[in-house]
Amino acid sequence: MFFRDQSEMLPARAAPITEVGIVGWLRINLFSSYPNSALTLVSLTLLLLVVPPFIDWVLIKAQFSGDTGEACSGIGACWAWVDQRLGQFFYGFYPAEAHWRVNVTAVLLVPAILYVLVDNLPGAKFGRWFSYVYPLLAAYLLVGGFGLEVISSDKFGGFMLNMIVGLTGIVLSLPIGVLLALGRQSRLPVIRLFSIAFIEAVRGVPLITLLFVAIVLLQLFLPPEVSLDQLLRVIIMVTLFASAYMAEVVRGGLQAIPKGQIEGAQAVGLGYWQTMRLIVLPQALRISIPGIVNTFIGLFKDTTLVIIIGLFDLLGHARLLQTNPDWIGDVDHEAYLFSAAVFFLVCFLMSRYSVSLEKQLSKDRH
Amino acid sequence: MAAPSRTRIQQISDLWTDERLRGIAFQLLVITSLALFFTFIIWNTATNLKHAGLASGYGFLQDAASFDINQRLIDYDSTSSYGRAFLVGGLNTVLVAVLGIAAATAIGFLVGLMRLSSNFLVGRIASLYVELTRNIPLLLQIIFWWVIILTMPRVRDSISVGDVLFLNNRGIRMPQPILEDTFQFVLALIVAGSIGTFFLARWARKRHELTGQTFPVGWSAIGLIFGLPGLSMLFLGLPISLEIPLQGKFNFAGGFNVTPELIALWLALSLYTGAFISEVVRSGILAVDKGQIEAARAVGLPPGLRTRKIILPQALRVIIPPLTNQYLNLTKNSSLAVVIGYQDIVSIGETVLNQSGQALEVISIYMAFYLTLSLLTSVLMNWYNQRTALVRER
Repeated sequence: MFFRDQSEMLPARAAPITEVGIVGWLRINLFSSYPNSALTLVSLTLLLLVVPPFIDWVLIKAQFSGDTGEACSGIGACWAWVDQRLGQFFYGFYPAEAHWRVNVTAVLLVPAILYVLVDNLPGAKFGRWFSYVYPLLAAYLLVGGFGLEVISSDKFGGFMLNMIVGLTGIVLSLPIGVLLALGRQSRLPVIRLFSIAFIEAVRGVPLITLLFVAIVLLQLFLPPEVSLDQLLRVIIMVTLFASAYMAEVVRGGLQAIPKGQIEGAQAVGLGYWQTMRLIVLPQALRISIPGIVNTFIGLFKDTTLVIIIGLFDLLGHARLLQTNPDWIGDVDHEAYLFSAAVFFLVCFLMSRYSVSLEKQLSKDRH
Repeated sequence: MAAPSRTRIQQISDLWTDERLRGIAFQLLVITSLALFFTFIIWNTATNLKHAGLASGYGFLQDAASFDINQRLIDYDSTSSYGRAFLVGGLNTVLVAVLGIAAATAIGFLVGLMRLSSNFLVGRIASLYVELTRNIPLLLQIIFWWVIILTMPRVRDSISVGDVLFLNNRGIRMPQPILEDTFQFVLALIVAGSIGTFFLARWARKRHELTGQTFPVGWSAIGLIFGLPGLSMLFLGLPISLEIPLQGKFNFAGGFNVTPELIALWLALSLYTGAFISEVVRSGILAVDKGQIEAARAVGLPPGLRTRKIILPQALRVIIPPLTNQYLNLTKNSSLAVVIGYQDIVSIGETVLNQSGQALEVISIYMAFYLTLSLLTSVLMNWYNQRTALVRER
């Protein structure tokens, strides 16, 4: 007999050492072929050339204390300014004794956003109301009045300004964007044409030109006795700008809703607005959330443009520091690296959130 | 039988529930309020302009601009008109946009492919680049590169690259190509070669459809557009030469200078948009059905042909629309030039606005300029989409 009776399974042998564990991983992911190994070596050299010297400069050889740029040697990064300027980078020229108002606004922002985005939170009913009331509360805390000292908007600055312009812009642009998106799909020609013209015109020009409209033209359009606050003018134009992009995001969501949903709504006797409010929009907006978050990231980065019209946001304060006589020549890169790190952190986290949401949505649908 | 008569009130409520009538009424309402809104604005503007003693109209475009523009593609001096200044600015915008689009496309395709690489390290480096550039405001990046160039060594201590290129805080000094008159003949040959290639490609495609025979269009294109003109240059005794810059104590003799503003803007725009394009490229390639590649393998197409004939044509159909969108974004983003003083149309318009006070006109020129570019692009895009749309069989 050449084959023996095999009534029992042979014990499984361990996989060869070259296919499992660290060695296997390295072989598969880094050294699977000669060209691949070459690429790996080139990448490693590149990383070694860039990363260690950067860390060396940014942390190890860096100077962390001192009152002026003279304290810095120049061989490492100069972070001595952080101590005196950090407040300005985040609060602008907002009075120091009122910083707590900004902090409270920022802390309350967390539940306000969570109750909109997350479904099953405890106390959801109260939470929703809180989210609706939050913008008013934030305005009251930041501007003042009714017992709080009034702080004029030209004191607003630093990162706080980026947050205010970005968040206000996105919140106000959402309802306008929804109306424009519905208008673009309307059967009424006047409404459709107006929506298309507005959306395409705004999307066709850079935000800068709209900011120029805010500072030089808006005043021209209004009666002389009306004088708008500069920050308000910027927020108006940023909102108009964002609503055109928002409209396109929401339109994508609307188009993803099957026609049967609308026909079903009509069959049970719902009118246009009822159909939209109760059936279509809740589904369409849910799909659009990743797109809305992405629009927000874009808008948030664009808020740095306010330095062009003379407001001092985070980037504006970085420039102020760079050209300050005490620090000139010593913080040319550091001031911008710091601002870049702050923006990166916020935008990166938001984009991660948007990606995970997208994955969740596509899982729900299948 | 006649329909039951209805009361007057019922008839009126019929009107209210008539969908068509309600639509018309609603549209009339919108038109009226828009008209009122614009009348309000125009009336206010007219009054405000009268109070300020400003005349509206585009007549000022013929007045002398009396400011200098150091970066220009066409003749311009301070006695030229505002209109010509706008033209110089518009061309500068187009210049940085074209340079940026070329570089961003190259970066985007390279990084997009890198992210799809099976090599772990290569993929990670590519994502690191994409995440870093996408999540930092473009304006910050522009200023950052600008500061880096401005903090380069002075002219005297320029960093030299092979004694041909010089980096310093005034930008990059580059060799200038000097063209002799006979070079026009070479140019004419290149144009003729391009036209010839166009017709050759058409003929080859037709023949391929009719007979299935292929023709090496790519090689003949290279021969016609580069080969023949290159050969003719040898016969004409090289009608092109490079003027290498010579380093002096305070400045250079010869060569031409690329300003720090142009370099910073170009770098930032290409790196920023390149990251977005790489995402477009990646998703375009991932969108090609796996079965297509497997089928190509099964019929024995070699890897090169597989990419050229199967993957690319299908990926490009997905890639091109968002790609043009990115090109448009880059062009619009080039308006951030105003912050570092690159003299594009916005920057020059701002100077004109400050000098002449013609705010309404200047901003309308901005908008007309950018809207024309957007409109042209979307017309081209629609044409392309119609041409490449999938013909679905039913």
